[in-house]
Amino acid sequence: MSNKDIKKATHHVNQNEGLIFERSSPGKKGYRLAPLDVPEVDYAKALGSSARADLGNMPEVSEMEIIRHFTRLSTWNYAIDLGMYPLGSCTMKYNARVNEYVARFPGLANAHPYQPAEVSQGAMRVMKTLSDCLLDITGMDAITLQPAAGAHGEMTGILLMHAYLQSRGNPRKKILIPDSAHGTNPATAAICGYAVENLKSNSRGMVDVSALAAQMNEDVAGLMLTNPNTLGIFEQEIHKIAEILHQKGGLLYMDGANMNALVGKTRPGDFGVDVMHLNLHKTFSTPHGGGGPGSGPVACKKILEPFLPKPVIVEKADGTLAFDYDRPKSVGRVRMFYGNFGMHVRALAYTLANGPDGLRQTTEDAVLNANYIRKKLEGDYTLPYQSPSMHEVVFSDSIQEQKGVKTGDIAKRLIDYGFHPYTVSFPLVVHGAIMIEPTESESLEELDLLVDAMKSIAREAEEDPEFVRNAPHTTRVKRLDETAAARKPILRWKPASAKSAGD
Amino acid sequence: MAYPKDYKYTKEHEWIQVKGNSATVGITDHAQESLGDIVFVELPKVGAQVEAGKSFGTVESVKAVSELYAPASGKVVAINESLNQGPEAVNQDAHAAWMIKLELTNPSQADALMSADDYEKYVAEEK
Repeated sequence: MSNKDIKKATHHVNQNEGLIFERSSPGKKGYRLAPLDVPEVDYAKALGSSARADLGNMPEVSEMEIIRHFTRLSTWNYAIDLGMYPLGSCTMKYNARVNEYVARFPGLANAHPYQPAEVSQGAMRVMKTLSDCLLDITGMDAITLQPAAGAHGEMTGILLMHAYLQSRGNPRKKILIPDSAHGTNPATAAICGYAVENLKSNSRGMVDVSALAAQMNEDVAGLMLTNPNTLGIFEQEIHKIAEILHQKGGLLYMDGANMNALVGKTRPGDFGVDVMHLNLHKTFSTPHGGGGPGSGPVACKKILEPFLPKPVIVEKADGTLAFDYDRPKSVGRVRMFYGNFGMHVRALAYTLANGPDGLRQTTEDAVLNANYIRKKLEGDYTLPYQSPSMHEVVFSDSIQEQKGVKTGDIAKRLIDYGFHPYTVSFPLVVHGAIMIEPTESESLEELDLLVDAMKSIAREAEEDPEFVRNAPHTTRVKRLDETAAARKPILRWKPASAKSAGD
Repeated sequence: MAYPKDYKYTKEHEWIQVKGNSATVGITDHAQESLGDIVFVELPKVGAQVEAGKSFGTVESVKAVSELYAPASGKVVAINESLNQGPEAVNQDAHAAWMIKLELTNPSQADALMSADDYEKYVAEEK
């Protein structure tokens, strides 16, 4: 077996790079200062016991060495601008340059959060217009742009539910969460003080409606549901699900992580959702990964509006915008200032650049791409659920496992083919899950490269399983011992002498 | 690996060995195999009360974090401290690498759990 089948370009820079500490040599300097032109101060006297003679192991390198060090490291990054991220449930779509262009408009880029509303009308108009667009897309009544990311949005949403139920006399005790949910859902429920109750999926990978009816009672505050769920399957009985909850006074929370399958096609507000978050860094093409930062607006129905974080933007009679802080029932502020404003600008640029028809086309292409991959790889990989796929598809490694090759091995081999790995071992309801979400960004040619790579790996797993088990083969570092790294982590570098002298 | 006949088993893949009023608890070989390499085991404090069917700790593998569910109610009288440094013992021999020892509230509570044969069938069906 060789790497001759690999068609994707890989980095031309392949030297290894030591730690900056290892480049250090005593006395080397990256600066030359002008002679002192002020009276010298005795720092020991000025700082007292805070003065340090020993600065520890500060690397001593020249300016060029440090520039090269970090520039080389930066070329090791994998990025959406370099290649595809087929990570399921992450919606790693292309971040269009128009978003960045608009975000750099001086009036927006240099706006200060403390500048008065009278001179912030443009920035506030961006937030108001984005809010209106998102309400239109979700079919909800009110929205906050404050939350900084998805899980933060979840927490805000559950706080709204708690405040609403409390206002009716009883915040209730439990939140139901399907077994295919994102791990953040139970974490959110727990951090908001709710007990988590697991809801089993049926054989089609959807919420078991009769199980839900049996588990629903006056102790249950609500259900946190991702739709389409993490198997990429649309919850066909969503109306019934909402009805069961509402009949017993509970609320339906929708995790909007998979909104890329719905925009322009159907609206959560129309199928019974009471509160939901959106991930601007997924569905609305703002940067995802590498610190984003993210943005997780929360949209809700009228009944929850009084509890939204404050301030909220309001339009005055004269057409100007203002921040309304007089919100006595508000759950309070969940984020400094107004949220990650730079992301609001980018998401609005994306939304307006596409327009309603463009957004609908985006959804259709995302679903088409996922189904293309499903069709092409069916047979090479096991499809554990036969229900139609939306924007992502989940396979399992059960064919390859017979040869001892697991989903993690296949993912590592995919790195050799020039792709970021897909989502490994999630959702947990599928043993050995291989979860792929291509998004609408990828062309047919790129999808074919991924299909060829996956088919080739399936062949390799059959003919030379050991080779796949030891992947990756073309990277700077080979297979890392993840278990040892977790069991005995080395969290900081120590110089060789200190290592022998110390522990 | 054979499932010891003198243990009882839960649907959540824990085993319990009852001797009079006291019991020893761990996770099954099937559990360790599906979890993969275990890197951390979080156990309750000695003296804590655990309740049958409720979580008493977590086990973390390179793949996922899973809850540990108590097969029976009782007071924790000992925990296997060696798992702090060597969680791999669970992968090596899950039926010997015990996690907690309990003083049972009701020793007959474990009677309702699965026998080794029943558990083996249960695992085969789950696959």
